[in-house]
Amino acid sequence: MRIDNDTYKFTDTGNFGKFSLIAGIIGIILCVVGYFSNSEQFFFSYLTAYIYWITIVLGALFFVMLQHLVNPVWSVVVRRLVEALMFVIPLMAILFIPILFGMHDLYQWSHPDIVQADKLLSGKAGYLNVMFFAIRAVFYFVVWFALAYSLRKLSVKQDGHFDEARQARMRKISAGGMILFAFTITFAGFDWIMSLDAHWYSTIFGVYVFSGGLMAAIAFITVMFLFMSKRNVLKEQVTVEHYHDLGKLIFAFMVFWAYIAFSQYLLIWYANIPEETIWYQHRWVGSWKPWTLLLVIGHFVAPFFIMITRVAKRNLSMLKFMAFWMLFMHFVDDYFLVMPTLHHDGIALTWIDLGAMLAVGGLLLWFFWRIFTSSASVPISDPKLSASIHFDNF
Amino acid sequence: MITSAMKSIGMIAEFNDPNELLVAARVLRDAGYRKFDCHSPFAIHGMDKAMGLKRSPLGWIVGTFAFSGAAGGLLLQWWTSAVDYPLVISGKPLFSYQAFVPIAFGVAVLLGAISAVFGMLALARLPMFHHSVFNSDRFAKVTDDGFFISVDATDPEFHSEQTKELLESAGGQNVELLEE
Repeated sequence: MRIDNDTYKFTDTGNFGKFSLIAGIIGIILCVVGYFSNSEQFFFSYLTAYIYWITIVLGALFFVMLQHLVNPVWSVVVRRLVEALMFVIPLMAILFIPILFGMHDLYQWSHPDIVQADKLLSGKAGYLNVMFFAIRAVFYFVVWFALAYSLRKLSVKQDGHFDEARQARMRKISAGGMILFAFTITFAGFDWIMSLDAHWYSTIFGVYVFSGGLMAAIAFITVMFLFMSKRNVLKEQVTVEHYHDLGKLIFAFMVFWAYIAFSQYLLIWYANIPEETIWYQHRWVGSWKPWTLLLVIGHFVAPFFIMITRVAKRNLSMLKFMAFWMLFMHFVDDYFLVMPTLHHDGIALTWIDLGAMLAVGGLLLWFFWRIFTSSASVPISDPKLSASIHFDNF
Repeated sequence: MITSAMKSIGMIAEFNDPNELLVAARVLRDAGYRKFDCHSPFAIHGMDKAMGLKRSPLGWIVGTFAFSGAAGGLLLQWWTSAVDYPLVISGKPLFSYQAFVPIAFGVAVLLGAISAVFGMLALARLPMFHHSVFNSDRFAKVTDDGFFISVDATDPEFHSEQTKELLESAGGQNVELLEE
């Protein structure tokens, strides 16, 4: 892996893409075998993996729009990688197709006979039906793709000939995009995850999905830069000061996730209405209880006390461990959201879960790496680039 | 004119721009000065490092107050609703920590914010009703376009002639000795 120091273009893209593709292909093979051995398990595993990765991609989209809106200096040097990550949306749209095929295994409300016999479900049938579900999914992907495509295209166009008007356009797109993003990720969360248990509802659910995804996206960005820095790519450009800021954001959104998760729990615990508490009851039986406690302690309590310190953000091996840990916790979170619908009695991790994670993740990383290495690895003509590289935390 | 009868309590020098101020702060730091201060109309990035300042202990003050606020908030609710006046609310246990979290969180934020403001004031030794830098007439410019360094006479390195020379060599103009 090598980079040209003047143009910031990759002269050697290394093995990362190749290994990712191999992992993806192994994952696909495992998924195919899994589908024929236990199709229901496969679809649930696939949905877990899909949610895991799409929330990271959407977190990246949010991150880029946020940077255009608040106009910071420090993040200019990291922005191009995040732009490549959000650009994976078209691949994610293709990878959504198996979920459409698995709807009957995943979502109870997709069976007309069950809906008819159920008063609550038939009341929701105007929204929760197969056709409208598919139309909404297409709409989400169109919005996300339009945002990701236009923002990255304009950004790459700036390389070599910076234009203030283009910068202003990106800001405008981000302003409107932010509002569209808030609605689409909320309803995607409702559609894809919350409707697994269609009797249950929580209005804060979209924010919950978003907060975990953004936290994981920033952890992923941190891991990628540490990975490249070890191979002397952008080592002098992305310094400990940038890692410090990334660490602050991981910490901030980890705490934000806990705030939202607790807000959801507190209201349901307080009101104590059976149709609401059942969701937590499912996650508090058998081996789900330690899993839920792992989420509370591993996703909030322990990282809170570790990452509040300055050393955890500036000591890079410690930050690397914490970033990987938070990425693992994001999986624990997704598994906690999806799987209790299938396995009522307790956790049941299988090789199909691993296969699905490899399939979606491997293809995503391969595609992401291709996009990222196809243009300069930093926005080379951004007037703030030099200030960003030499930026100092107080 | 400096008369030997008056005790000098410091020295002040004026600089043209924030960059000169940064450079001069480094010169003083490297010459071993500790009791000096930089004055400018706005915050200057990198000044802490240039002056050789240590990290502020404010974070520890705020952290201590915030955590004791959370603990105190929990304690108060436990004592009021489970010990002093036990009250069963919607059939939940007397000590329902879930319901106590928002208050504990609120008290933590409150004490954290208050200690941040007053801790900052205390560390900056404010409020201060008079400082000898105001003896200089030129110093009024600091609220508009003036950049100054003041050196305290209690600094072990302080010496009225050598300090003056050093400040002038670092680009300081209108060096004045401050008197009581």
